[in-house]
Amino acid sequence: MPQLHENVLEIRDLKTYFYGEEGELPAVDGVSLSVQRGKVLAIVGESGCGKSVTSFSVLRLIQEPGRIVGGQILLYPKDGRIIDVTALGRKADVLFDVRGGLVSMIFQEPMTALSPVHSVGNQICEAIRLHQAVSSRQAEEMAVEMLGKVGIPGPAERMRQYPHELSGGMRQRVIIAMALVCKPELLIADEPTTALDVTIQAQVLGLVKQLQSELGAGVLFVTHDLAVVAQMADDVAVMYLGRIVEKGDVRAVLKDPMHPYTMALLKSLPGLSKPGEPLPSISGSVPFLTDMPTGCPFHPRCRYVQAGRCDIGGPPQLREIAEGHFAACIRAEEIRQQ
Amino acid sequence: MTPTDQKRPLLSVRNLRKHFPVRSKGFFQRVVGSVKAVDDVSFDVMPGQTLGLVGESGCGKTTAGRTILRALEPTAGQIMFRTNGKMVDLATLSGSQLKPLRPKMQMMFQDPFSSLNPRMTIGRIVGEPLVIHGLAKGNELKDRVAEMLAMVGLNPEHAIRYPHAFSGGQRQRAGIARALIMRPSLVIADEPVSALDVSVQAQIINLMERLQEELDLTYVFIAHDLSVVRHICDHVAVMYAGKIVELAETQALFQDPKHPYTKALMSAAPNPDPDKKMNFNLGGEVADPANLPQGCAFNPRCSSCFEPCGKEVPRLKELDDARLVACHLF
Repeated sequence: MPQLHENVLEIRDLKTYFYGEEGELPAVDGVSLSVQRGKVLAIVGESGCGKSVTSFSVLRLIQEPGRIVGGQILLYPKDGRIIDVTALGRKADVLFDVRGGLVSMIFQEPMTALSPVHSVGNQICEAIRLHQAVSSRQAEEMAVEMLGKVGIPGPAERMRQYPHELSGGMRQRVIIAMALVCKPELLIADEPTTALDVTIQAQVLGLVKQLQSELGAGVLFVTHDLAVVAQMADDVAVMYLGRIVEKGDVRAVLKDPMHPYTMALLKSLPGLSKPGEPLPSISGSVPFLTDMPTGCPFHPRCRYVQAGRCDIGGPPQLREIAEGHFAACIRAEEIRQQ
Repeated sequence: MTPTDQKRPLLSVRNLRKHFPVRSKGFFQRVVGSVKAVDDVSFDVMPGQTLGLVGESGCGKTTAGRTILRALEPTAGQIMFRTNGKMVDLATLSGSQLKPLRPKMQMMFQDPFSSLNPRMTIGRIVGEPLVIHGLAKGNELKDRVAEMLAMVGLNPEHAIRYPHAFSGGQRQRAGIARALIMRPSLVIADEPVSALDVSVQAQIINLMERLQEELDLTYVFIAHDLSVVRHICDHVAVMYAGKIVELAETQALFQDPKHPYTKALMSAAPNPDPDKKMNFNLGGEVADPANLPQGCAFNPRCSSCFEPCGKEVPRLKELDDARLVACHLF
């Protein structure tokens, strides 16, 4: 048996641009990251930072006017192949094999991710039969078993129900069942609990964690919620305006952040400050991609900005500041010493 | 406001109920049942303070907020509101009696994208309440709009722009300006920061707190995010299936939650510290107000459930620290 690659996904210098009336929009601009087998990597950032575009790029779900214009997305399945998703044709058989088979995705909106005119059972069986050579009876048995695994009571009866008959939490469970029934090696979860209530969010997160460790799958977890990251991830990448500004082990990044953006985000969480005192907020708002600042993209909002250093040239490169802990800030060491 | 008024509630809600009829399908559409969206809710809000209404979707927090402002007609109960030194029951007033009181009570909305008319300029949106109530026109209107925009941190010169030219946070500022231009005493804020990014959320929370002090505002703050509520509220009422299950001073509630549902909510909220693990093992679904279980609505999900819970609906009881809890354990 060949040596298993420790990563299941490697993204190298990915560039996904959109071409609109305003010209070229670099939604994802040079993102590199890897997801280890059996580990959870979270991408976190505010709206417009490119986190969803990154995850959609992995499955080649980017639609016109968007295009992957550079970089590689490498998958390392257990059978020893190396698949570069960016090099596949739009209708390549391998791509259909990847989508829903090797890699599956859980979307944010549990209502729109399911077809309203097909029963839950049909939708899960369709996913099974697309990727596995089984009879429809076998597929049905597998679907019932999977629904039971994701904690849906009375799975055999639920098979005949339609999405509108299920609550939001139940629908999200159905989607998880559908995503995991083909035993993917990589699971992409794009804000899977944002539309759910707190107690239901806890159930769904717990379920994703449990099934992921049972399957030994790698997870790319996309979210805007730092608290969810803290609970779910092994590693984290913080994105701002299409670039990763900080990445590393979840404890290192959240407890000892090195990039001023991560520091500011964490400080602005209301749970961490004293009630009654003003929250340390980040001034201004995320600039439009058409209006990218020169130098470090974060410098107009940064409290550590130094004129003549932070606002000139191109965006700073991601550098390893401590072991396994990267930040894209030219002043990272100076700020740490302060 | 006289000094004695400071010690009396500005808003006093008593036994408020809002039931929506469930009609049969077919020609006659007979009433076959009711959804008790808000069921016997009572609370007081002191002037200058913030009361949080917390709960999951379908718990009735938004309906309660709207019913207080008479955006929805209450089914029963009293909504006592202090204005010009007198208490008036908003629930009994007619539309024309209500109109002069409207400037005193305003609303802030959740979604900064759908709550502003895309075909009106920000200046017209913010000034519209003054126009409707005939309080200002011409240059005075312009000046007051400019003053209000500056107060919420928007550039008054941008009054001629349309909402699409603003970011989510700026739109929310415009929504706040529209609510406050009438100089209300009571503001019902329905999830005002839920749709915003973290960094913008902090700005809006700070703005709301600053304006509360400057303009002597009283907030009813409707939210599902406990960390925001903990930051901004003086008292918190936790709602489940149309009822208040626990009402307490914020510090006391967060340090020592009593009701099993409050405990469950707090344990399920993710903590930004990776070493403080959240509880992933909460059973059950949020109760459906159209199909409530017998007895305590929380009993199918409750881990400390015992015999009376399935039979009798628990009443709110006052504990030692002036906190109210509706649970058979107490």
